[in-house]
This record gives sequence, C-alpha cells and structure tokens, in this order.
Amino acid sequence: MISFESVGFRYRSDTPLALEGVSLHVSPGELVAIVGANGSGKSTLARLCDGLLTPTAGRVLVDGLDTSDPETIWSIRSLVGMVFQDPDDQIVGTVVEEDCAFGPENLGVPSAEIRERVDAALSAVGLEGLQRREPHLLSEGQKQRLAVAGALAMRPRYLVLDEPTAMLDPVGRRSVLEVTEHLARVEGHGVLVVSHDVAGVARSDRVIGLARGRVIYDGAPEQLLADPGMMESLGLAPSPAGVLAEALRACGLDVPFTAADAEGVVDALCR
Amino acid sequence: MSLTFSHVSCAYAPGTSAASVALQDVSFVLEPGELVVVLGPTGSGKTTLLRAAAGLLPIVAGAVKVDGRPVSGSGAVRGSVGLVFQRPESQFFSLTVEEDCAFGPRNLGRGSSDALADAHAALSTVGLDPRSFGAREPWSLSGGEARRAALAGVLAMRPRYLLLDEPTAGLDADGRAAVSAAIEAARRDAGVMVVTHDSEIFLGHADRVLVLSEGRSAFSGDVTELLAAFDRLSSSGAVQPPEVPRTLMLARERGLPVVGALTLDPLVAAAMLARAVGDCEGGPL
Amino acid sequence: MRRITGIGQYVVGDSPLHRLDSAAKIGVAVAFTVALFTVGGFAGLAVVAGAVVAAVAISRVPVSAVARGLRAVAMIMVLTVVANALRWQPVDALARLGPLAIDGAGLRTGVFFAVRIVLLVTGTSLLTLTTSPVRLAGGIERVLAPLEVFRIPVGDLAMTLTIALRFIPTTAEEAENIMTAQQARGASFDTGGPLARARAYAPVLVPLFFQLFRRADALATAMEARCYRGSEGRTRLVEERMKRSDWLTMIGVSMVLIAVGWLL
Repeated sequence: MISFESVGFRYRSDTPLALEGVSLHVSPGELVAIVGANGSGKSTLARLCDGLLTPTAGRVLVDGLDTSDPETIWSIRSLVGMVFQDPDDQIVGTVVEEDCAFGPENLGVPSAEIRERVDAALSAVGLEGLQRREPHLLSEGQKQRLAVAGALAMRPRYLVLDEPTAMLDPVGRRSVLEVTEHLARVEGHGVLVVSHDVAGVARSDRVIGLARGRVIYDGAPEQLLADPGMMESLGLAPSPAGVLAEALRACGLDVPFTAADAEGVVDALCR
Repeated sequence: MSLTFSHVSCAYAPGTSAASVALQDVSFVLEPGELVVVLGPTGSGKTTLLRAAAGLLPIVAGAVKVDGRPVSGSGAVRGSVGLVFQRPESQFFSLTVEEDCAFGPRNLGRGSSDALADAHAALSTVGLDPRSFGAREPWSLSGGEARRAALAGVLAMRPRYLLLDEPTAGLDADGRAAVSAAIEAARRDAGVMVVTHDSEIFLGHADRVLVLSEGRSAFSGDVTELLAAFDRLSSSGAVQPPEVPRTLMLARERGLPVVGALTLDPLVAAAMLARAVGDCEGGPL
Repeated sequence: MRRITGIGQYVVGDSPLHRLDSAAKIGVAVAFTVALFTVGGFAGLAVVAGAVVAAVAISRVPVSAVARGLRAVAMIMVLTVVANALRWQPVDALARLGPLAIDGAGLRTGVFFAVRIVLLVTGTSLLTLTTSPVRLAGGIERVLAPLEVFRIPVGDLAMTLTIALRFIPTTAEEAENIMTAQQARGASFDTGGPLARARAYAPVLVPLFFQLFRRADALATAMEARCYRGSEGRTRLVEERMKRSDWLTMIGVSMVLIAVGWLL
C-alpha cells in the first residue's frame, strides 16, 4: 500500500505550502483518480509517491518503506512506476526495446530476463512487434504507451501517471486509459492517475480531490459526480454526456452519476 | 474577399510520425467573419492543409488564392494570413509578452511604437490585459494564458484570415473556454479556420465543416449536414463524433428507437432518448 | 522538404562486417587510421585502398550510402589538390596559368592527400554504416572502459552519447517547427548580411535552447524514477562480448594494416 500520513510539502522556504495535511492510501488492484484545479498540488502529490520529492512534514510509506530514507529509496522506485505528461521527456532509448529495457538495465537484471520483461511489457500495452522502431516514428499515443511499458518492465506494484493523456488526441487518450484500467483490474497493480478527464474519473474505483493543497474529497466517483458544488471546487466540468445524463435524470430516468460518456449513458438506458 | 483553396494537391515529408502526407484535390473557401472547422484523424493532412493555405508549402496542383492573388512562397501572404501552430507557446523568445507579440508587426514593417500598439490591441482581444500582462515574462504564464498570448502574437499582424492548429490541445476546461472566447473575438475581423480534435467546443459556432481523411476531403458542408452524415463518416473512421451525437448513434445501434436528426444539444438529445425509452414524466424538457 | 532520417547512417544488414563485434571494429578503425597516416607512397595507399574496397564489398552496403559521406568532403578534396599543385615559381612546371603554374611534384602530393581523405572518410564511415548506434555506443564504452581507472566516467559519457543520438530527429523536428512558425510571423532567414542573418536566428535558437534545457531537466527526473544511478552495476539488453573470432579478426587485420603503413 502507498500511504500518505499527514503529508505537507513546500517547494522552498519562502513559497506557500503546496500540500498540507494530506492523508490517503492506495492499494494494489485499485484504480484511483487524483483530481483538482491547476495549482491544487496534484503533480506534487504524484512526485511524492516515489520519492522524487520528499515531504517537508509527515511521511510517505510504500509497502512500509519510508520515501525519505536514502537507503530504501531505490527499492521504492522499483515498486512505484512513474509516467509523466510529455512522452518525449521520458524516452531515452534509440529504439523502442532499448528504451523499455532502460529500467531493468538500471536494476542490474540479467540480459536474458530483460528480454523477457521487455517483450511482456510491450505486449501489455499493445506495442508488440514494434521493438526495433525508432521513437520519433511513433504516434503520441504509442509513445505514451511506451513510457508505460518502460515503467512496467521494472515489475512495479504501483503505477503513478501524471496527466498521461494531456497531450494526446482522443484516440491516443482512449488507448492509454484502456491500458491503465487493464493494469489495475486485470493485472492487479495499484494505479494512481492524475487527471482532468471526467470520463476517466467516472471509470475509477475511487477519487481523491485536492483544492489548494488539501484533500477535500476521498470516496467513490458516484457521489462526486452527483455533487456540482464539489465538482466545481475541483475544477471539473460535467462532460457533455454528463449534461445529457442529468437531463435524463430530471425526466425520471435512472441514469447513474457515473455515466459520463456515451457508453455509460446508453448502458444505463438499455438495462 | 476570400481565401480560396481550389482542387489543391500537395506532397509533404516533414519527417514526423506522419511520414509523407499528401493532399489530394481539396477545396474550400474562407471569408472574413466565418468559422470553418476542420476535422479528421491524426495524419489525415490537416496540418499540411493549413501550411499550404499560409503559403508555406509548395502545391503540386490546383490554386491557393488570397483575395484573388495567388499565393507563392510567403510573399503574397505576409500579413493577410496568420497561422497559429500547435503549442505556439513553445515559440516564445522575448523577455516580455508585449515584445514577443510585437515581433510579427515589426517584421511587416510597422514602426516600433505602432507594433507595440498592435500588440496591445491583440492582447486585449484575447482577454489578456496589456497593462498587467504586457511586461510579464512569457514563460511565467499559465497554460491558457500562454496559449492566448501566442495567439495574440499572430493577431497583432491583423491577418484577414486566421488559421489555427489544435488551439485547445492540452488545456484544462478553463483554458479551453478562454481560448475559444478569444477565437470568437478574433472572428469579428477575420475568417477563421480551426483544425481540431475538440469538436465539442467549436462545432457549436461553426459555419462550415471540412472533414479530411487520408489527404482527401471526406465531407464539406454545414453543421446540420455534418450531423446527418455522421453515420457514414464514423463508420469509415474519418471522424469521431462529439459525445452527444455519439450517444444517440450508440443508442440506435443498441436497438433503441431514437427518432429525429442527430443534434449537438444535450437537452434535445435527452428528450429524444427519453421518448425512445418511452418514459418521460415531462420534466424540464 | 528534407526527410529527417533517424540516427546516424546505420544501414541494416547481416554481413560479416555487421556481425563483427563493435569494439573490434573500433580497434580496426584506429589501426586503419594509423596506417593511412604512416603510409609513405602511392603503393601503400593502393594496398589500403584495396582493403577499403574489399570491406565495402563484404559489408554489402549500397555504394550510394558510402558515396553520400564523400559529398561533404568533396570541396576539401578539390582545395587540397589545388593548394598543393599551384605554385608561384615552380621547379617542375607541367603547365602555366598566368603567373601561377601547376607543379608536378605538388600535384602528386595534392592527389596523395586527397586520396587519403577519401579513404579515411570511406573507411571510417563503414564503421557507422555497419554498426547500430546502440552497439556503437556500447563498443565505445568497452574500448574506453580502462580509462575508468583515471576516474573518467566512461559509462555516463556513453549514456550521454546514446541520449544525444536519440534526440537528434526530435530536436531537428522542433527546430524546423519553430523556424516555420516564426516565418509565418514574417521572420526571414535569408536576407541581409551575415550579421543580420545571425540575429535573425535568435527567435529560433532561444526557444529551442529553452526547450532543450527544460527537456533535459524532465528527462533527468524520468531517468531517476526508473532507478538510473549512474552506469555502475548496469546490465544491458544487448550484451556484446568479444569472441575469439572477433579478437583474431581485429588483431590480424590491424597488424596487416600497420605493417603496410610501416613498410610501404
């Protein structure tokens, strides 16, 4: 479990607190969405998960290991895989398989096992067959999935993705979100996704909402989507399908609040 | 007075992931005050289209004319066609926002103070107060602000035709709304063409829509006609309909008797779905 | 518009030269260079030229790819010949051009140097043509590894090289995008004198460098997140090790080349 115990963080002594009194936990198999307006501390929270930043107050534990402890930080980093917003800022290999191998190479994994891990990770994200492709020839969605594969090759227990779909078109966005759902629900990783995307939020198991560095919501998506005031505090606007769903509810139809895209609405109507 | 693209074909090898995307026989007309939205999957030639329209790419067939004059190189086009690229905020190079905005007018030969005045006017148009934003460092702006400042850099040249490539990509809800408003404001003086995946925000205001698929024009017409053609367009993979019409289409696919034309309005769509399900207690619809 | 080719000039293939260990190839390339500069006359040069031709044939790399590298040095070759051949007051004039004359001995020297340049470029380009960037970086790392004794961070340098190679096409694309964007704002890069042109590049170079530094920072963070701690203890996906055949080839060919340089 990744747990935050009353975590506070400020970037420099003269800047305000980016996070204050944050307590939360994420378990393997859960898909958790982190939401909040710009500047609410979401990215900071993501980076605290694997010790890229260490708390100025409280502590962050990953499977019992403290991220502030220099002895254990590297074990933590192989337990928690990170994926960032811009795929080009993460890819170091000259061809796909080389980049995917970067993590295991750093861990000193034997050569033959690296090959197995790379092939498995690339399959898990739908990039099998592209081992020898040069990264600049991939689409943005493929590049981002390569970044996910690079994290998976380290066999982490948790995955933290910081706005992974911000730079992608709808097709790329959908492919990355499908992968995150699969990794949580089927492969059993604890997946944390920092996001603005309401449709993605609706599909998660739990939502943690931040405003000005504090947690103001930690619970199921349904309650959040049903609460316009809370949505607004978190910088979330209802999706167009969500507006449609609200109109249907006003008509007396039983459409759940988690129906935030076309599939969700139609599934509800066809029941 | 218009920007006309007649039966244009061109080849382009930018060395990007879309290797060699050519345009084949594409036509459109853009007049000041209009908003034309260009849709299509990645790699369908949308960026090529904009660059050719701005005179930045050689064409192999057909003609591109700005106010009757053919476009050749960037000479004829300077100043009349403004092109805003993807992520334009990555092209800032000046120490202040107003300096960067004034770059365009200066290149067109405007004197220093005139160029600055143009820059300030453009910043106002996009909703950034020149008195507070003018002296800021470009890199200190938030996503939406930076995007609008970069847009102002092109508007400062007072183009009669404004072409934008994915203007809302990567922005949050507030940023997108702000950029959309800025484009609407710009539309007063210019013909605007927007290439986008964000059809939700732009289709509502669009006069006409062009859909590209593999370098060819898969559809050209107004929004009503587009809605009627969505079935054919989405099955060929040419376009992803916005969520509201997509919901209606999906409902039909699943066997619900949804009657009526596809619409972008969520309330109208809800009424159609409610009737299809046969159950409406006459709420606010 | 140019097509931005990927990294370096590597031509995929499966010839004996491709399969030879990259460190061995580097060793041979060094011996080859030494031989070229110690060779005394045209006889020795001819032998080395023969070796180069044989190597090109064995590599099965298309001649056009090999020739491409020569285009860059064509000017230098011409200048070399001309500079050596023309004399003010020659001893052994073959022909006269006004006050200048073509000197026979000078012409021979010039041609010798020019041929040497051709062979140098062709021979060393065979290295990059038959070795993938990854293996090349690995080979350089293994060859320089003994320098670690002097606290030189060879592994980190090799990683830097690989990353730089990986970003060549991406950076080129970004530079092109920025240039086009500024051109669309009326900037012009081909008017005015040299000083004006240099200044005109500021709107391209400033954002480009800004992006590069920002990216370097983000990349470093991402690498740390994937447990990069420097090159100690790192294993490789593609582990190259010198086999006996590689040693024999390298030592044998190098000795022959050096002998040629010494004797001829």
